[in-house]
Order: sequence, then structure tokens, then C-alpha cells
Amino acid sequence: MKSLEELKAIRETMQAQMGLRKEDSNQTRIVVGMATCGIASGARPVLTALSNIVQEKGLTNVMVTQTGCIGLCQYEPIVEILEPGKDKVTYVKMTPEKALEIVDQHIIRGQIVSKYTISEIVG
Amino acid sequence: MYRSHVLVCGGTGCTSSGTPKVLEAFTDEIKKAGLEKEVAVVQTGCHGLCALGPIVVIYPEATFYSMVKPEDVFEIVNEHLLKGRIVTRLVYDETVSEEGITSISDTDFYKKQHRIALRNCGIINPESIDEYIATNGYEALGRALTQYTPDEVIQIILDSGLRGRGGGGFPTGLKWKLARGNDADQKYVCCNADEGDPGAFMDRSVLEGDPHVVLEAMAIAGYAIGASMGYIYIRAEYPIAVERLSIAISQAREYGLLGKNIFGSGFDFDIELRLGAGAFVCGEETALITSIEGNRGEPRPRPPFPAQKGLFQKPTILNNVETYANIPQIILNGAEWFSSLGTEKSKGTKVFALGGKIHNTGLVEIPMGTTLREVVEEIGGGIPDGKKFKAAQTGGPSGGCIPYSHYDIPIDYDNLLEIGSMMGSGGLIVMDEDNCMVDIAKFFLEFTVDESCGKCTPCRVGTKRLYEMLEKITEGKGTMEDLEKLEDLCKYIKENSLCGLGQSAPNPVLSTLQFFKDEYMAHVVDKKCPAAVCKALLSYVIDAELCKGCTLCSRSCPNNAISGKVKEAHIIDQDKCIKCGVCMEKCRFGAISIR
Repeated sequence: MKSLEELKAIRETMQAQMGLRKEDSNQTRIVVGMATCGIASGARPVLTALSNIVQEKGLTNVMVTQTGCIGLCQYEPIVEILEPGKDKVTYVKMTPEKALEIVDQHIIRGQIVSKYTISEIVG
Repeated sequence: MYRSHVLVCGGTGCTSSGTPKVLEAFTDEIKKAGLEKEVAVVQTGCHGLCALGPIVVIYPEATFYSMVKPEDVFEIVNEHLLKGRIVTRLVYDETVSEEGITSISDTDFYKKQHRIALRNCGIINPESIDEYIATNGYEALGRALTQYTPDEVIQIILDSGLRGRGGGGFPTGLKWKLARGNDADQKYVCCNADEGDPGAFMDRSVLEGDPHVVLEAMAIAGYAIGASMGYIYIRAEYPIAVERLSIAISQAREYGLLGKNIFGSGFDFDIELRLGAGAFVCGEETALITSIEGNRGEPRPRPPFPAQKGLFQKPTILNNVETYANIPQIILNGAEWFSSLGTEKSKGTKVFALGGKIHNTGLVEIPMGTTLREVVEEIGGGIPDGKKFKAAQTGGPSGGCIPYSHYDIPIDYDNLLEIGSMMGSGGLIVMDEDNCMVDIAKFFLEFTVDESCGKCTPCRVGTKRLYEMLEKITEGKGTMEDLEKLEDLCKYIKENSLCGLGQSAPNPVLSTLQFFKDEYMAHVVDKKCPAAVCKALLSYVIDAELCKGCTLCSRSCPNNAISGKVKEAHIIDQDKCIKCGVCMEKCRFGAISIR
């Protein structure tokens, strides 16, 4: 170890992964429906994609978690985004690609991707 | 990258209640479910709630599972990890409420705690230097070496008000300053990890859960006093701690955080382990130093103090594990932050190992000044079976008992000394109405008799005589004269012993004499043990009215002391009775009692 910068580099890489173990009520929660219906329609790759991108981008204030059946099995995989103090946004018929788009647009830039939301698709 | 982390507690408590098998089951089941690329299994250090081990925490939800058995793992993996459904029946019940699952930090056990020394325990993998770095590890060392002079480092520690956590409470900064002031070609930094008090496991848990913090702090201390070599004296009975420390040392060397020219500052520092054979006296600083030197672990007179002539006759500082665990946080957050916690003369927090008659046996870290009542009733969850609190023993064989009349005392160094106990290293044993205080004093004396190194007479012979007197009292043979002699001898041993072991050995006797004189009197005058512990003073009797003559007791008695005919009341022959209590346990009619 030759400098504080070198230490900082290791810390930042690791912190992205360790962010998973943070307990903070102000965190944004990305919830993926992982009941049988969700898994059958491909929720697992969506969950992995979300969890990877959040760590890659070092979004330590975002938690990617799962839940059981949301109740709209035909629209699975479903992803809900819960930001503190904001209304819940529900995205349906997700794929890993769409999920990445949502992280980029919604989580990072703060713009809801309306074309994938439940209100847009289900009407 | 992983989307979920399964943290399985690998402290000694959880390990002995089954962690290795649970860990294996997780690895297997996760593989079977095809989740091995999504879910990481990590072994951590102690979470503190040892009574409920093995503990498993699953992130990102931070679900706190307690008493997990290998056969539960299938369900956790397939429900929680695969389908996202938390297995409520296995979750620590304090976190389950009608509104769902609450955070572990809101439970009674955790909410009053403030974790500084234990901040990483249960959160990081102790065998990964990277995880330690992720939680700001080695940043304090880096800053100290590149931004502060040694004198500035010492000033920060002085200003923080940190006092030695090993028991004595000597100001840490002052110790460093004295060692810095002594010129020598070589100085040493030592770490006392020879935690010997019965019932104490604070230091072990820090070493098992966060070993790098001790290495980092010792390097900072080395820089501050001008030492390039450090020794950790740890008892061989702590195999998990020894292993994790060895791993930590080799990782730190590999990263150049130990060795030559650390952070390009020109500062060299290295650390070696020395294993102790488990002698209590080696927790005393001069004995510990003598033992590191390779000699028999016996104390030597002070002065010269270790800061002048310590290890190999060179200036040496010796701090306890928990003291070191506070250092990096003080450097990072500043002296003011630390001194804002705690009481006027005792700053920061203290880790206690709760044991004895208490619900939540385990490890807690509380701000100084928390009352004993809060620790026992709220954090500790009170005393089981609706029994009443009688006393808490702190400081192990060197400490004393705190009675109910001092239940609301704010715990800090000076308050405890004032009432004849001491902070000690942090063992806190809770006793209820079923504990006999004379017997407790005898228990600790038996320990010190065994552990006295024998070098000085007051301790070697004195503790033995004290023990014999207590034995006489518990056998109902004591006289009033014995009680006086007991007190005189205690004072003599305190004043004349060579080291801390002897000087503090009479404390359990003195403090029980002070607060529980009536119990001593009951043993001596009435020949009774009020708590019904001292066997010689008990007699088991059968109530002829209640006895149905079932003969179960006489058949169970190992010494054939019970006689009587079928369907007639039985009688215990007091001369033959060995007071084992089997008959009372067996009797289905509650006819047998202790008098």
C-alpha cells in the first residue's frame, strides 16, 4: 500500500458490493416479484440484471430485493420501484434489457419510463 | 456479482451451537437451487445474541433468522432466496410484529446499543481484508501516517478521553505519551488478548469478528510511540481468533499495510502472534511481557513501568483488544466525537459479555453511563422464570458484586470503583435469588487460588487461607471470629500482593461482605443458606402428609438414604443423605422440600 488513493480504489470497488448489507430507511427499493408465476416468466434474469447493475454503478442507496406474488400473474415479471416519499411505480412484463433501461432512466435520472408502466400497458 | 448475501455467524457461541453444519447446508442447498452465482454465503463474527445462535442474516432485506438448524436451510433457500418469501417462523421473534418484519436495530436488544468496537462484528467477513477496507478500514492508519505527526496522533487519543478497556481504566493517550518520551533504539507495541475472566468474551469476539481493526490500531500506536514491532499475546484456547488473526496478518502484509514503508511514509511495522497457555496471571501486564520474552509468566515489581522498561527491557505499551478497537474510529471521527459519548470521566462505550441468569446471553456495547437496570432489564431481556434480580458481578475474579440497591447506577469506571466493584474487562454475570453470595465469593476465590502464580506469599498463601475460611463458612462451621479474620486477611492481601491478581483477589469477598453481610451471618449464626445452595447446610425432608408412599424416591436415591414401606410415608436418613436432590426431582407429589 503506497497511498491513500490506492486504498480508496479498493474501498470503492468493495463498497459497491457491500452496499447490499446497508440498512437504511431512506433507501430506494427495487422489488422483483419472484413467485412461481414470476420465476416462470423470467423474473430471475431480471433480478440478477438489476442487482448487478446497481452494484456496478455503485448505487449504494438502492436496494434490490424480491417479493412473492404481486397478484397480476399475466403481467409478470413485475418490478416495483419504491422511492421514499414518492408513489410506487410498477413496471410489468420486464426483461433484463428493459430493467437496465429503467435503472438508467428512472433510478439514475429520475424519469419514469412510462412505456413500461402498468398504467400504460394494462390501461 | 451477487444479489443477496447470506451472513452466517461464525463466532464461538454460534459455532458451538451448530454454525459449521448450517453453513454447509446453505452452500449445498444454494447450489441445488442453482443460485450459487446469485447468492453469496459469508461467515461473519459475533452478532451478540449468542443465546439465539446460530444466527443467519440475509441481505438486502436484513432478515434476522435465529436458532437456525441445518434442516431449516432448505426452506430458507427455496422460500426466501428463491421466491422472496421470508420464513417468518424462523425469524427472531422480537422483529416480527403485526405490521410485518421490523428492523433488527429496533429491537430491545439492539436499540440501546452503540457499536464502535463491535461495529464490524457480524457485518463483514473477518477473513477478507477487502471487506474491512470497504468499511473504511486502514483509512485511519493511512491518514495518521500521511497527515499527522506522532505527537498529533497522541494528542487526539488524549483529547478523546479513551481509557484502557482491560479493567484498570488508565488513560490510553497518557500511556502512549509516556512511551513516546522514552528514547530507545527499539520500542514495542503489545496487545493483551489474554482474556481470562470467567464469563468474559468481549476481546475474543472482536478478534473473531474484526481482526484487522486490532492490527490497524497497533500500527497507529507503533507510529505514535516510535515502535516498529508489535506482539499480540493471545491465549491458545481461542483457536478461531488465532486463525483469523493469522489470516489477517498475512493479508495485511500482502497489501503492504504491515511491513516496510507503509503508505510510502517510511514507517515500518510488523506484528507477530504469541500464544499463551491460558494462565490468568498472564493478563497482568508485567507477567504477560515476561511470558512473551519466553520466560515463566510471573509478574515483576513496578516501577520500572513497561513504558520505561518493558518487553526485552525496552519501552513498551500494552493495550487491551477493545481499547485498540476504538482507536481507528477516534482517528477518523475525531476526539470530540468520541468524548461526546459517555460520562464526564468515562468516554465512549463499553462492551459487556452478559451471562448468568439473563434472557439474552451475549455481547452488548453500550455508551458509558447506561444504568445497570437498562442493561439487565431492557437489553438483556430480564431474568428468566420470573425470578428477582439479586446482584450483578462485574470484573470477574478481580471485581465485585453490585446489589439491587445500586441497580440504577450509571455504569462507568469511577462509579463502579466507588461501590467496591470495578469495570473489569467487561464480564457481567447476573445473579438471582437462587444464588448464594458466599458461594459466589468462594467460586471466585477457588479460581484465584488456582491461578495465583505463587511468586509472592500474600497471594499464594493468603488466597488459599481465604478460600479455606469461606469453605468453613459454607459448611456451617464458621464463627463470628472467622468473619472478622476474613476481612482483615482481605485487606492484608490487597495491600501486600505483588501484582494486580493478588491485589484484587479479595474483592469478591469484600464486596459480598459489604452488601450481603446478612447472608454470611445466616451461614455463621443460623447455620442456614438462604438461597439453598450450600449443600452442607441443607436438609431434604419428606412431608408425611403429602407422601403417597410410591417408593420412587427410595428407588432413585443413589445412596439408599430413603426408607419406608409401600403406601406409607418415607423418611430420609440425614446421615446417609448426600444432598444430590434426585429425590426432589423425581417426586411427583411435591412432598420433598429443602429446609
